[in-house]
Parts: sequence; C-alpha cells; structure tokens
Amino acid sequence: MAFYESVFIARQDIAAPQVETLTENITKIIEDEGGSVLKTEHWGLRSLAYRIKKNRKGHYVLLNVDSPASAIAEMERQMRINEDVLRYMTIRVDELEEGPSAIMRNRGSEDRPRRPRSDEDGDNSTPAPADAGDAPAKEAVTENAPVEEIAAEEVVAEEAPAADDSDETATDKGDA
Amino acid sequence: MGRSFFRRRKSCPFSGPSAQVIDYKDVKLLGRFLSERGKIVPSRITAVSNKKQRELARAIKRARFLGLIPYVIK
Repeated sequence: MAFYESVFIARQDIAAPQVETLTENITKIIEDEGGSVLKTEHWGLRSLAYRIKKNRKGHYVLLNVDSPASAIAEMERQMRINEDVLRYMTIRVDELEEGPSAIMRNRGSEDRPRRPRSDEDGDNSTPAPADAGDAPAKEAVTENAPVEEIAAEEVVAEEAPAADDSDETATDKGDA
Repeated sequence: MGRSFFRRRKSCPFSGPSAQVIDYKDVKLLGRFLSERGKIVPSRITAVSNKKQRELARAIKRARFLGLIPYVIK
C-alpha cells in the first residue's frame, strides 16, 4: 500500500451534485481494489489557466488515497474512459498532507490585499508588493548588511516575481 | 560579485528553519518564481538552492499540467 495524491478536473457544464457522484464512483473503485480514500477535497469550479478540451473552467477534486498500485491503475483507466474528466494527475507521495491543502488555505485570503510585513526598514526601493520575494527579503534584512547593499540586491531579485504577481491577478480577472 | 562593494549572497528561501514547503498546489508560492511571461525564474536570481530549484521546477510543471498556472502568458 502506498500513498497517492490524485487531482482530477471535471467538465465545467456538469453540476456540482454530479461531481459528487463522480467522486463517489471513483472512491468506490479504490475501495473495491482494497484501498481507502482518506480525504476528499472539492476545490469547486475554478477557471483553468488555459483551455483544456475546449473548456475554460473545471471542477477540481483532490483525493488523498492509500491503496495498492492496481487500484490506481484501475482508477486512471476509468478516468480515461469517462468523458466528464478533462484531466487527472496522480502522484505518489511519501506521506499525505494533514489538514486542508494550499488551495483551500489560500482561498480565504484571496480578496485580502497583502499580509502585513513587520520588518520594513528602508529596503523598498522598488514599488514591489510586500508579498513578492518575501522570504528572500526577510533573510537579507536579518543578516544585518548595510542598507544600500540590500537595496541593490532587492532590485534584481524582486523585479521579476513582483511584475509577474500583478500580471497574474490581471489575467485572473480577465478569465472570470 | 566583484563590484565596488561586497554583495552578500542571499540564502535559499526553501532552506533553513523557517522554510516553506514546495507544493504544486500552492499557486501563490509558485507564482513568485515565475517571470511575467510565465517562465521559471533562474535560481541565480531567486537564490534558490540547486536541489530546491529542481523540486520547484517539478512543482511548477505539475501545476501547469493541471491548469493552475499557464504555460505562457501572452
């Protein structure tokens, strides 16, 4: 028995209850083969970053599974056949994540602009959002180097992620 | 490195005690390591260690496959 994380995307025009039954069917396949589904997470209808089989949106479902490889093979075979499943990805992991996954954790804070940063001392030479390059910046500050040095580093390091960050939100809005 | 003053090498954001976990589902985290065109930013700019850069690249590619992150931003 091994641990697997499986994410699949269901077609956007099937209703939420149908996604539930689809998930139940998959769970049943796993259980019939002697495995168990330890966690099911519905991410809801999310917009895809690009079109998959002509769809712009999809229902995402995450399954945390503890099962033999044969069950995974059967589950993937069924998902290949099922036309409601746009895409699936199953990954073997050493241990399963406890609690909600990153997607669910980020959902609540999506509307909130940025989490506040306590250690701002003169290194915002770029108009970068506090979020971008957060960890590297923090490291640099605590290392007690002269301020100009940090600033010079920061310009290089933060430019790309920062620009991208704003860009991504823009495209997200366009999709929605 | 050989400028007028010493440039301190920043440490890897995924190493050390307060390290974040690289996860293909954490779109927000991965987004910080993408260029505005959606390309993976080289580790010499982001100071991610070699080992973690490989892990990060794998996570980004998984997220792309699942449509969480675009392959290209036009």
